[in-house]
This record gives sequence, C-alpha cells and structure tokens, in this order.
Amino acid sequence: MELAHDLGGREGFGSVDVEPDEPVFHEPWERTARALVFAAMGTHPDPTTSAFRHAIERMDPGHYLASSYYEHWLTAAATIAVESGVVAPAELETRAGGAFPLARPAVQPEIDGTGTQRFEVGDRVRVVAAPHGGHTRCPAYLCDRTGTVTRVDGRFSLPDVEAHSTERVEEGTYGVGFSARDLWDDAEPDVVVHVDLWDSYLEPA
Amino acid sequence: MSTDHHHPAEPAPIERRVAALEALLTERGLVSPGFVDEVNRAYEEDIGPRNGAKVVARAWVDPDYRRRLLADSTAAIAELGFGGAEGDHMQVVENTDSVHNVVVCTLCSCYPWPVLGLPPTWYKDPAYRARVVREPRAVLAEMGCQLDDDVEVAVWDSSAEQRYLVLPQQPAGTDDLSEDQLAELVTRDAMIGVARP
Repeated sequence: MELAHDLGGREGFGSVDVEPDEPVFHEPWERTARALVFAAMGTHPDPTTSAFRHAIERMDPGHYLASSYYEHWLTAAATIAVESGVVAPAELETRAGGAFPLARPAVQPEIDGTGTQRFEVGDRVRVVAAPHGGHTRCPAYLCDRTGTVTRVDGRFSLPDVEAHSTERVEEGTYGVGFSARDLWDDAEPDVVVHVDLWDSYLEPA
Repeated sequence: MSTDHHHPAEPAPIERRVAALEALLTERGLVSPGFVDEVNRAYEEDIGPRNGAKVVARAWVDPDYRRRLLADSTAAIAELGFGGAEGDHMQVVENTDSVHNVVVCTLCSCYPWPVLGLPPTWYKDPAYRARVVREPRAVLAEMGCQLDDDVEVAVWDSSAEQRYLVLPQQPAGTDDLSEDQLAELVTRDAMIGVARP
C-alpha cells in the first residue's frame, strides 16, 4: 500500500516551485494552525511526534496532495482534538460553516519490533519492512533494497509502535547508504541516498 | 492564494476552519490569549538561517571548531548557543571537491529548526521530496546549482531522529574576510545543499 505522504522517487510532480524571499508565514491562519497543533497535542493521551505525523498521514490521499503544509497541520490538530474527545466533528462543521475534513481513523498495525541493535558500520543490510497500514518511518522506495550501514546512532523508540500505543520499543537506528541506481534503474549516476532506519526495518543481506 | 490582505470579501474555507478550531479550543481552555504568538514568535524573530550561517562561518575560520563540528555536531552547535526542538541529534555533512551533500525529508518535512528556522514551502512540497532522491543533479540544476559530472551527490533523507546541516565549501578569494563577513555569504539554500555560497 502506497500512502500519499511517502513521496520519495515518485514521478509526475513537475518542477520545484521556489518563491524568492519567502516569509515565515504567508497568511495569519498558517501561524494559527501551527500553534493549534501544540494545543491539540496537549489533549492527546500520549503526545508523540509519531502520533502527530500519523494524524497527517491518515488524511485522505486526495486531500493530502491537494492541500498545503499548514492545512495538513490544521487537519491533524482537529483530528487529534476530535479523537481526544474535546471537540466533536459536528461542532467544527457548524463553526466553520461548511465541510471540515478530518483524517481517517488509525489502523492498529501488528508489529512488535526487534528491540535490539544487530548491525554495525559496514554491514550489508536489506530493507524488509512490509507496509502494515500504520505509521512507519521506512520509506516505501526502500522495500527489498540493499544498502550499507554507515553510522550507528544508538537506540530510539520505534515509531511504528509509539504512534499507536503507550508502549515503547527502543532499538538501534542506523544511517544506511544506498546507491540510487539500486533503487531506481533510471536514477542519476554517482548518487548515494542515505536513509536513517530502525533495526526492525532491516535484515542481514 | 490571495495576495490581497486588505479587505477580503469573505474568509476562505481554510480560514474559517482554522478560526473554528481555535474558537472551540479557546472555549475549552486549551488555547489562552497570546498562545499563538508564544508558539511562533521565536521563529519569526530569532531562530532562522542566520544561526546556521554562524556555525558555518566559525567552521571556516577555526579548524579545531570544524573538527568538533564534524565529530559531534550537536555539541559543537550548542557551543554557539543553538539547540532544542528538531535539533537534538544533529549531523553536519561536509561538501568537498568530490562530494556534494543535499538534505530532504521524503516522508514529511523534517528540518533542523534551531539552525535554519522553519522550512521554506518548496522543501515541504511534493516535487522536491519526490525528485531529489532520484535525480538530484536535475533538481539542483533547475534551482541554479550546476554540479560537475565527477562530483558524487550524497542525499540525506531525514527519516529518523537525525537532522542534517550541509557545511558548504568556503568560496575562493574570501580568506581575508572576518567571521561575521563570511557568515553573510552563507545562505539557507547552501546549508540545505541546493545552492553554493
């Protein structure tokens, strides 16, 4: 399953649109939306960055791709506030005077995590993480690809578990380098893509 | 997006949605007066790419600092007083004659806030996130940064806890500039890796 936010290597988006001398915020609503995320996260029973990211990732793919960054933040804030029970969807629509799209409900993935640190710098590793419908930080473009561990960063909480429960599985995370040509046949030559991955996403190659 | 800030006839749907959530969270005691300013003011006034530029300029003038910066980036950046949210685990990556570094977050928009502030729109948009891992030379060329064919490109996808800052090469002929003057040469885009100073 490919999710809208998991964009690495996907085609058809055209050129990068750069705005010279861009302000920090373009409209007052953007700075309000940013702040509302912090307020809404205060109502979450287990407020982690993983839970926040997952609220954005659960947006309808069409809505995600058609809306700006701060609309993602607003949608996540409202979704979290609704799921925490502090506001109701009908109240939001009444106040807004129209539709107020929220993210879809979370699907609890079945993943335990390895909880270990199995790899060292120089090890060849294959990415085995299968998309499980929940939150993950393993980009889809790495599925079944082989790379080399270039850095060991210590143990961090596995997002796939943390986003969905109050449990924590701490495990090794690594910087892993991949030749772009091993990821896409038509990638440019002499490009190394470095991705930071949890132990659970990897197996020895 | 409207550029007329003076007398909008009617709020846009997104403005009404933001106002709706803000009003409801305020009524429930979750947003206090001044909260929006409190959350954002530092990023509008203090925290931005000038912080990162000071780090780069120090590394250019002080070889010992450069060594510390590459060995333990978080600690060396903290020496200049910068740290905090989205900067707790920093990795500075150094451009050389043979390697050019560029930073992305393909899954969302992870970015080193304490040294660069909040990210520009292009960094958050699908085109950059989709393309720069697969065809970085083409993306950089479009953005005005031509790389020689014999330069390897290292793309850093910020998918876990580490946040990346590119240490650009010091431009030729700037050896007699002061540290402050050098910092003026360092742009946000050079520290993301889509430009050179």
